[in-house]
Order: sequence, then structure tokens, then C-alpha cells
Amino acid sequence: MSMRLDHRPGEVIDRQREFTFTWNGEEYPAYGGDTIISALAACGERIFSRSFKYHRPRGLLTASFLDPGCMVQVDDEPNVRGAHRRVEPGMVVSPQGVWPSLEYDVKSANGAFGRFLSAGFYYKTFIKPRRLWPVYRRMLRRFSAGGTVSASPAQDYFDKRYAHPDVLVAGGGPAGMAAAVAAARAGAQVLLVEEEYELGGYLRWGDEAELAALRALREEVASSPGIEVMPNSVVEGRYDDNWVAVMQRDLSHVEERLVKARAKTLVVAPGLIERPYVFEGNDTPGVILSTAARRLINLYAVKPGERAVVFSANESGDAAAEDLARSGVEVARVVDARRGGDIVRVKGGGKGVRAVECSDGAEIECDLLVTAVGWTAPTSLINMAGDRPVYNERAARFFSSHLPDDVLTCGGIAGDGTLEELIEHARATGGEAARRAAKTARRLRGGIPLESEAPPAEISELPLYEHPALFRGKTHGIVDYSEDVTSKDLVTAEKEGYDSIELVKRYTTVTMGPAQGKLESVNAVAIMAETTGRTIEETGTTVWRPPYSPVTLGALAGRIFEPVRYSPMQPWHEIRGAKPLVAGAWIRPDHYGDPASEVLNVRENVGIIDVTPLGKFDLRGPDVPKLLNHLYVNRWDNLEEGRVRYGVMCLEDGVVFDDGVTGRLGPEWYVMTTTSSGAAGVGEWIDNWLQTAHPGWRIHVTPVTTAYASINVAGPKSRELLLRLTEGVDLSPDAFPYMRVREGRVAGVEGCFMWRLGFTGELSYEVHVPAAYGLHVWETLMQRGADLGVGPFGVEAQRILRLEKGHFIVGQDTDGLTGPYDVGLGRMVKLDKDDFTGKPELAWQSEINGRLQLVGLQPHDGSLVPPEASQIVEGESEIVGRITSSRMSPTLGRSICLGFVAEHLTTPGTKVVVQLPGGERVPASVTPHHAHYDPEGTRQRG
Amino acid sequence: MILLPCPYCGPRNVSEFRYVGEVSERPDPNETGVEEWRTFLYTRNNPVGWTTETWFHSAGCRQHLIAERHTMTNEVRASRLPEAQLPEGQEERATGGNVAGDGGGAIY
Repeated sequence: MSMRLDHRPGEVIDRQREFTFTWNGEEYPAYGGDTIISALAACGERIFSRSFKYHRPRGLLTASFLDPGCMVQVDDEPNVRGAHRRVEPGMVVSPQGVWPSLEYDVKSANGAFGRFLSAGFYYKTFIKPRRLWPVYRRMLRRFSAGGTVSASPAQDYFDKRYAHPDVLVAGGGPAGMAAAVAAARAGAQVLLVEEEYELGGYLRWGDEAELAALRALREEVASSPGIEVMPNSVVEGRYDDNWVAVMQRDLSHVEERLVKARAKTLVVAPGLIERPYVFEGNDTPGVILSTAARRLINLYAVKPGERAVVFSANESGDAAAEDLARSGVEVARVVDARRGGDIVRVKGGGKGVRAVECSDGAEIECDLLVTAVGWTAPTSLINMAGDRPVYNERAARFFSSHLPDDVLTCGGIAGDGTLEELIEHARATGGEAARRAAKTARRLRGGIPLESEAPPAEISELPLYEHPALFRGKTHGIVDYSEDVTSKDLVTAEKEGYDSIELVKRYTTVTMGPAQGKLESVNAVAIMAETTGRTIEETGTTVWRPPYSPVTLGALAGRIFEPVRYSPMQPWHEIRGAKPLVAGAWIRPDHYGDPASEVLNVRENVGIIDVTPLGKFDLRGPDVPKLLNHLYVNRWDNLEEGRVRYGVMCLEDGVVFDDGVTGRLGPEWYVMTTTSSGAAGVGEWIDNWLQTAHPGWRIHVTPVTTAYASINVAGPKSRELLLRLTEGVDLSPDAFPYMRVREGRVAGVEGCFMWRLGFTGELSYEVHVPAAYGLHVWETLMQRGADLGVGPFGVEAQRILRLEKGHFIVGQDTDGLTGPYDVGLGRMVKLDKDDFTGKPELAWQSEINGRLQLVGLQPHDGSLVPPEASQIVEGESEIVGRITSSRMSPTLGRSICLGFVAEHLTTPGTKVVVQLPGGERVPASVTPHHAHYDPEGTRQRG
Repeated sequence: MILLPCPYCGPRNVSEFRYVGEVSERPDPNETGVEEWRTFLYTRNNPVGWTTETWFHSAGCRQHLIAERHTMTNEVRASRLPEAQLPEGQEERATGGNVAGDGGGAIY
């Protein structure tokens, strides 16, 4: 049955573009510009979903984005606003939460048992026995009305943008358009955001005069330079300093774009939302709002029914009655609330409205009831700007009480008036918004005054018309359509002691559904007021919080800007199939296939590892030793040129923060290295000390982490290999001993420096080369060392090598409580230094006993590797330590560990009990040194 | 998100900064006891009202700055370089029009 009307002057459908789509498994025709619901309504469909709790059939109510009964599944996208989303050719649309079908829903039996599902039903019913909670959950899930989320990863593209408008206008109705034009004419850059697909608000479904006014306003917007119009977009929230989140939807190839706008002034012009009336049967398909009827008829040329009753308390209801009559709907009766008329209940069933019972006893057969009882001001944005809206009895809606200077309102949220009055008020508001924006811009520029400063504009106040306070009739009905909360539930909640609107909201879930109070909030407040005998003003309202409309997670995640860092040798690693390891921002080779043989090759021949991510700072100036003395716990003012030293840094709380090697390359030239993950923190720490405490120190700090590619050449044959590549450095053990630094040419590259140290426990040279030559030096090392058996090794092999040598790793073997005295470095702390970070704490640490100590550990069963974080226990259940690092040592052929143990267990040879995660307990012994291999260090000093 | 005025860069989104903490005097490490030191480390006034804090413009000029911020309204009435960095004899380097003097509303 086609309900499509012939041409309407304001219609938005394109009759030249006809196509089909699928609804509930069947094909339906549609025109371009149709919403999913308007296309279905044009075909005579009236039921689009089942309600959340009682599974009652639901049709359309508002025919807008808010429409609670029109949420549908589109392809794999759930919870689509069917009365807003435009239908597209081939779209597959299905109803949500219906089982087994939309027409016959078993769970609608709930309707019959409705009295059991009253306020707090779930809280009261599904409590005991606790063991049934999972069963309840499974059962209740099937009852919920949400759509189905696709399990496959989303392929859609979401975007993000920053905007800096002078004036942001939220709402593109007549007031918003007029304000935008006025602001733009005053020289402001304006962002005009409109929730629907076109500008115009209620003018779009208006009469000839209103359509003419709409054309004129659109023309003004289009011809004003400086207005960016964002249709099909929503202002989701207003935060501090006018940080405004806008969800932009009307984009090609982009699902949604989150626009983060810093607006100098915000003009709130959201218009008014028509309020439903509460009475028995008010959710029956065929009961619609006057604006819904006018939208359907005038925008989509759809006849909403055949025989209608109109319940009208305002001009919108009167206009709807005229629209209905003009489109061939038989208007059986207009019940005028202004003359005392009222409706009692709607009689109907699964197919929709059958009859309306009026307060004078008349029962009128019809299939459509149109209600027009009043308006709700969507005060969300002014609420978010810190305002507490107050209720005005005369206008029967809420108004702002105190707005910050950078937020203004116009249109229906500010008052009533003729179209001319509202537009005039909006123009004054827009001009004033531009003036305030200019004032702010001046402040941002540093106070440079303009030639002349305009005085504040006079904005005359809008009149307030008298609106009837119509919220609930003589019967009880649905208040919250999304959550299936009835007015009876609210009364019950009050009787049970929930006498504040905020408590009632949480107890009954009223206003907590997808419409978030825009339709139901004021009705809920009014019913609470009625029940408690208070006024609406005394009852107050719930707080509106962001987001204004539901937001997809994809839009919030947006485009990911997460920088990834690679060393210059990355292409080589990739070709060799290195397994990537994510280490902070860096991607590093974890291993090249077999970490154990990489370890053995370092012990027997020579290996090279890419250690470019090591943090590196170039420090120059006469006061560098002061800085080093300050940052490290050990002493640095006696470091000779050409030497390097290992240092440990603590924060002011005496906890180990970072460690690394720093070398003195010249009289006033040092290079500091930090751990890879600590580089950023150390850099900030240096900045902090030099800027806030010691700006007088003559030091230049340059972060050079990525300026050098770093390669550790380790193994007994490392010297032999480097001899073949190095010029200008005497590599003989006497001339270049352990813990020394030298500059020279490596593989023909100038400006390299290298130092000898012993992280792996073997003879090794850490070579730092200008980054652009990193790959060249790496490849040359591989080629020239082929006969020596040179091979690459990755992070995993290095971790094994250092564990064999008993070196701890900050953050792996230490935690947020570990001090240097706990890891065997007490001797390094020089408490006689004048001042260094954490000194009072370290002085305290040096005197106290009883802290856990880091020791080497070997399980008695050498084939067993206790997982890291296994606990060391004593007696029944006392925890006396933990394993911090554990690996199978390829060199020793047995498992080795580092771990913390209580002080009384630190003596070498002490047997401790390790409890594995499964609960099994195994014995292990404390080793004499942290090092399991070459504790004397003869190999690295060679 | 509030705007925080940087003495060098002007008002910037607070997400560009790292919060260092309430300004508190560091005791002389050679004179202090562990009690006083821990008060310095862990005890904050955390007032409802005006507070003086150190911020670090980590995603900008990498300058530490001192800001006076109202913890209820997020108004920032002053922002300057750390005292130690100021030229001798100058108590604070004002930030001109970047910091509001006329009160009321949001501050840029």
C-alpha cells in the first residue's frame, strides 16, 4: 500500500532517482533523499522495532535522529538511526533485537506480564542465588534490543581534524543561520554545524512563507564568505576554554571525522525538541508527534495514516492538522488542549492504533494520533558550559541562568517570538559573538589593540509565550521509550524512597537510553514533581553530559598517529627475517631465528647487535661534570679524557631511574648513553635541572639518539674484526683498554667513536657511527668478518648474554621501589658529594637493613626455567622474594636467574624455595655472584 | 581541554604540556632530614583555589614554566619562566596579553 503523496513544495526526495533496498528480507522501493524509515513508511510499514524491555511493537515517533523506535541494523552496522540515515541502493536493513521475527515476537509476552517488570525489577529479581548469575546474564542478553556487531576487523576509515573558528554556531536552523551570517559579516571565521542534512530547521517543513524565508537565509549563508557549513554533523560536547567536539558525518570515503574545534565564542542554537505526551498506549505504532507528521508529509511526501485524531496545544499541532487535511488524511477530530480537551488512552494492538478515547468519553476510530503538547530545550551544551538551567513556568521549559562570556544562545533555547523577532535576536547575538571573538583573538596575539574597539552589542531579550504545562494525562504511559520506563515506574520508585530525580534516574534508568533524556527528561521531572508534590523548579533536572548524541568508538579512535622508529639497519634486519620486537617507539630485531646459537656465536666468535635505540646525549661545556655529578649517584668530576664510566641515576625518591655509560671524548665534550626506554625521561630530567635549578651552568645538551647508529661488536674475535675496518685508532689492548673511548674512522666513515665495555661479558666495542652510514658500516662488518664467523644477534640473545653475566636491567630486574643498595651498587653511591638527586633518601637507604637484595639464583634442576615473577617462599605461605629474570643459558647448559630475596637468604649457597605459577615448589641456590659466567670479568677485559 | 599560556609559545592546548607538580621548595639535601625530605617529595597543598605549579612544554619549546592556576575554574592568571632563569633583579617575566588580566570567562 503506497502512502507516497504527490509533489510537495519543500520535499527533499529526488523522484528521478528510484531504487530498491532490503528491509527484513524483502525488497522495497525508495527515492534518493529518503531516510530508511521514510521509504518504509511510504510503503505502508508501521513497525520498525520491538521495545527494550517489554518487546512491544514500535513505530516512528519523531521521524528524526532521536526516534527511539527506529534503530535498525544496516549491513554489519548496528544501532543505525533509521529515521535519520539516508537509504542507499542495495542497502540491507534489518530490525534489531527481535526474535524470532518482527511480526511475531515471543518475548512480547513480557507485555502481558508487564507488571512484573516494573521499576528495579532486575535489581530485585536476579540477585539470588549468586551461582545463577551467568545464566541470568545469558538470558538477559537475548532480551536486549541492541544490534549485532561484526566480529571482523573494521575496514572503515575514520578521521580527525583540528579547527580554530572564531565563532562556532551549534545548530543550523533559522536562528543559527542568521547568527552565522551576522558573525561572518562582522569579520569572523564561522563554523556552522547542523545535525540534519540541510540547513533550515523547522522552516523546512513549513508553509510557503517559511519556505521563502528559508531560501533567503540559505542564500545569505551561501553568499557570506567565512562560513564553513558542516551538515549531518553534531556538536557533541563543550569543554574548558570552548574546546568543542564536533562529529562530522557527511563525508565521502570517511565514515566519521572528529573535529576538535577551539572556538573563541560558541553560539548555542539547537532549537527545541518536541515533547511526547504520557498516557496509556502512547507508544502504540501510529502515535506520532506533530513535527514527525509534518516532516513525513512535507519533506518526504509520505502520508502518515488514513484517519487521524490531532491532540494540539500549540501552533505546531494546528499546522500538522492542516498538513494532514491537505494530504488527504481524514482528520476525524482535533482535540484542543487550550480549550480543555484531553485524550485518555489509545486502543490498539500489534498493528497499531485502532481508536482514541477522549476525556469527554468519545471513542474515535482512527489509525493515527498526532500530539503537540510542547517543547523541551536541549540545554546540553549550556549545561556543559557550567550553567545550571532553571525552569520557567510560563514557557514550561528550562532556560540558562548564567553563561560564561564565550557562550551565547539564540533561537528557541533563548525564548519565543515571531520568525522576524527570532532572526533579529540571532543577528544581534551573532554580531556580539564576533565582537567577543575578536577581543579574545587580540588577547591571544599578545594584547595588541585594534584601532577601534566596538562596544558590546545590545541584544534585546526575546519574549516568552505562555505554553501549557502538559506532561502526563489521566492515565499512565511510557516516559522513556528507549528504556521502556513508564510513569508508573517513576511513581513506584518515589514510593520506594527514591525521591531525588538523580536517584530515580539511576534506579529506573529513565533518560539513560539512546535518546539520553532529550525526549523524556522533562516528562520524568514533571511526573516526579507531581508525585512528590513539589514544583518542577524544586525537583530540578538531571545533568546533561557529553556526548550529545551517541558516538562510535571508531570516531573516537580516529586516525592513529603513533610514530614508529627504525634504525638505519632496519632494511637489513627485515631481509634476514628478524623477528620484530616492539620496544617503546622502536621496532628492534628480537632474534634472527635462533637466539641460543646467536649467544654461542658471541661467546665463541663475534656477533654484532644493532643498539641504535640506546639514548644518547651530546654534552658540551665546562660544567658538564657538575651535571653528571648531580644526575648520577657516583662521582664524575674525576673522569679523565678518553675514559668511560658506568653510572646509575636515581630520582629524588632514591629509586633507580636509569643507567648507562658516559664517556669523556674531549676536555669539555661528553657523550651520555641511557637505556632505550629511558632516553625521553632522562632528557626531560636534564631539562628540568638545567632550567629550574641550575640555569647558570654552562652546558649545551643535544639529544643525538638518532644522529648515531650504534653497533655493539662483541666476542673474542671482535678486535680482529675491527682491526680490518678501523683507521686512526690503535686497537691494541694496551693502547685501548677496557672502559676507554676512542674516535676514528670505521669502514671509511669519519666521525665515529667507540668504547669498550662489557654488557655481554665478552671483549666488545660499542661503535657509534653517523646514522646515515649505519647500514654501510653494518654490512661492511658482516662482509669483512665472514671468515671470523661474524653473525648478527638480537635483543633476546643480548638478554641471555647479560643474564649470564649477571647485569640487571632497569625496569626488568628493578621496580618502583628498588634503590642502588638493593642491587649491589651501594659502593657506587658517593654520599660525600655536595648535592645530587635523591641524596637524602640514599643516605637513609645506606643505613637501613631488611630490604630485599638482588642475587643470582640457579634452580637445582638445571633443565627447569622458573617463569619470571615466580615467587620465592618460606614456610606455608610467606613470600620472601621473586625471580626477576630467568633464561636457559646456552653457554652453561642450565637455567639461570636473577631475583630478589630477603636479606637473611643472601649468603651464597643458601637454598631457597621457588613457587612456580602452578603452585609447584622447586629448590634453587643463591650463587656467589650475580654473574653466572666469568664472574672475574677476564674475558671482557682482554 | 584548557589552554595554558607558555611564556615562549603563547596559549597552547594543555595536552602539549606535561604536569610537573605544585611548586615546593627543595630542602638543602645536606641539611635536611628524611622526614622533611619526604614532605617535600610527597605532601602537596592541593588547594581549592589558586595554586602555583610547574609545567613542561614537552611537545613544544621544551621549556619548564611556572603557572598560577585556579583549580576550580582552571583560570590561569600568570605564567612565567622558572625563577632561576629570570634575569637578575627581575622577579617575574610577565607574559603580556597571553594572560588575562580582566577576569571572567575563559582565559587564553
